Amino acid sequence: MTGDPDQIVPLRHCGRWLSGAVVLVLMGLLIRAFALGEIDWPVVGEFFMAPVLLKGLCNTLLITVLAITMGLVLGVVFAVMRLSSNPVTHAVAGGYIWLFRGTPVYLQLLIWFNLALVFPTVNLGFYQGRMVDVMTPFLAALLGLGINEGAYMTEIVRGGILSVDRGQIEAASSIGMTRIMSMRRIVLPQAMRVVVPTIGNEFIGLLKTSSLASTIAFTELMQRAQLIYFVNAKVIELLLVAAGWYLIVVTAFTLVQIQVERHFGRGHSHEEPPGFLGRMWKNLSMRRKAAAGGVR
Amino acid sequence: MIPAPMLLAQNVHKAFGRHEVLKGIDLQVAPGEVTCILGPSGSGKSTFLRCINHLEHTDRGRIYVDGELVGCRLKNGRLHELPDREICQARTKMGMVFQHFNLFPHMTVLDNLIEGPVRVKHEARDGAVERARRLLAQVGLARREDAYPRQLSGGQQQRVAIARALAMEPKLMLFDEPTSALDPELVGDVLAVMQDLARSGMTMVVVTHEIGFARSVAHSVVFIDGGVVVEAGPPAEVLDNPRNERTQAFLSRVPG
Repeated sequence: MTGDPDQIVPLRHCGRWLSGAVVLVLMGLLIRAFALGEIDWPVVGEFFMAPVLLKGLCNTLLITVLAITMGLVLGVVFAVMRLSSNPVTHAVAGGYIWLFRGTPVYLQLLIWFNLALVFPTVNLGFYQGRMVDVMTPFLAALLGLGINEGAYMTEIVRGGILSVDRGQIEAASSIGMTRIMSMRRIVLPQAMRVVVPTIGNEFIGLLKTSSLASTIAFTELMQRAQLIYFVNAKVIELLLVAAGWYLIVVTAFTLVQIQVERHFGRGHSHEEPPGFLGRMWKNLSMRRKAAAGGVR
Repeated sequence: MIPAPMLLAQNVHKAFGRHEVLKGIDLQVAPGEVTCILGPSGSGKSTFLRCINHLEHTDRGRIYVDGELVGCRLKNGRLHELPDREICQARTKMGMVFQHFNLFPHMTVLDNLIEGPVRVKHEARDGAVERARRLLAQVGLARREDAYPRQLSGGQQQRVAIARALAMEPKLMLFDEPTSALDPELVGDVLAVMQDLARSGMTMVVVTHEIGFARSVAHSVVFIDGGVVVEAGPPAEVLDNPRNERTQAFLSRVPG
């Protein structure tokens, strides 16, 4: 034992190993229970790539992407209105948030879908027709989810704009930028950095909330899964297929989000905290290094 | 013949609510002249500087830069406030340097410099980049064009901010306590850049606490207190032989 006498050997965390083992055993039992439960696993595999379900998945993705985009556009517009010194636009934006955040999105979907009861015909000047033909399940779902999302997005974007230092607007003014230009070039890009994680949250939330559109006959993933299990009675199996697909989409989206955050975080870089494997590796290698130092 | 002043302020008034900050300021700065504005905090000196490029709206009085009224127009013998776009047009004639730099953190140093020329003045990108590089060399930061502001020290950030203002090719430069937020050892670099700029013939109005800088660079010194000009004149008079007792009291409390 002629190692470096100043080398500190890290503490051995026996409690950590023990609690880790207990949790792993409990999880193993849970997985075993499900594996041996009354689940027809081959059916899960059979329906996982079924074209009917995949088409539903595409519709789920489509409505989510369109609704979040619509929400973001509405959010930016109403946030700027909410922050303007014009009392009318300020109040209108407040009313929008109050109305669409204050009622269940399920209710809003039903109102859009049943709009023909209020306005039997549509007359846009260049187009005339019956509302039932115009307000398809797709359009009702898009308007219901998108406008509701916009109300939440307004508050998210407003928070982002308020987080940008006032000096930024002054600096933009001092080089001759108009208010609109400094909002677009200077304030919003910096606000985005703050709001991207929250928007990611909203996207994931909306992806799942879009399943409510199954109640107005929009053919998304859940509606398709239900349609199948009404016929073959394999309820749990098809719900597991749907759960699998939701998890896959959320996982893929999380990877995209990391890239987007990196883009808007430029100029603000700081070190990423290590993940699960990274921490495990760091702990073990520190111990090994110390031990090697002791033996030498 | 005396040249037309680059900056002419007449009877400038400004109040925040009931609190009157400026009570009739007059100031005249000839082309190529450096004027330092001194005064205790809360005296209105920064507010006055911000009135010059209309970051603050004035309540009364006239400010001319290069012979043109700033922020308003004379119509039927009355002053009318201008719309945002026209004020922005007028602002391109003057550069401003802030106490806290206010660089755009999401852009590189080079992008900070070309943002105004390209977006506001619609210049060709190549020409703007070329001028930006020349200005960065002038402020001693030729190698840092790809850095983000956060990666620079305070002194370097402030020099980039000066270069950003110069990139608009202004006729008048306004400095709002440019060294107050800096660590003491970084102040010198920024003051050196400002001194070079003064020597090159730029018209400058500097709100500062650096008495040494005012003494060696300024052509005239203005002491503001309580929203009025208390004393004005060449540095040798105002700094070394102040006649007003408020100026005397202030100078005895400030090092330098």
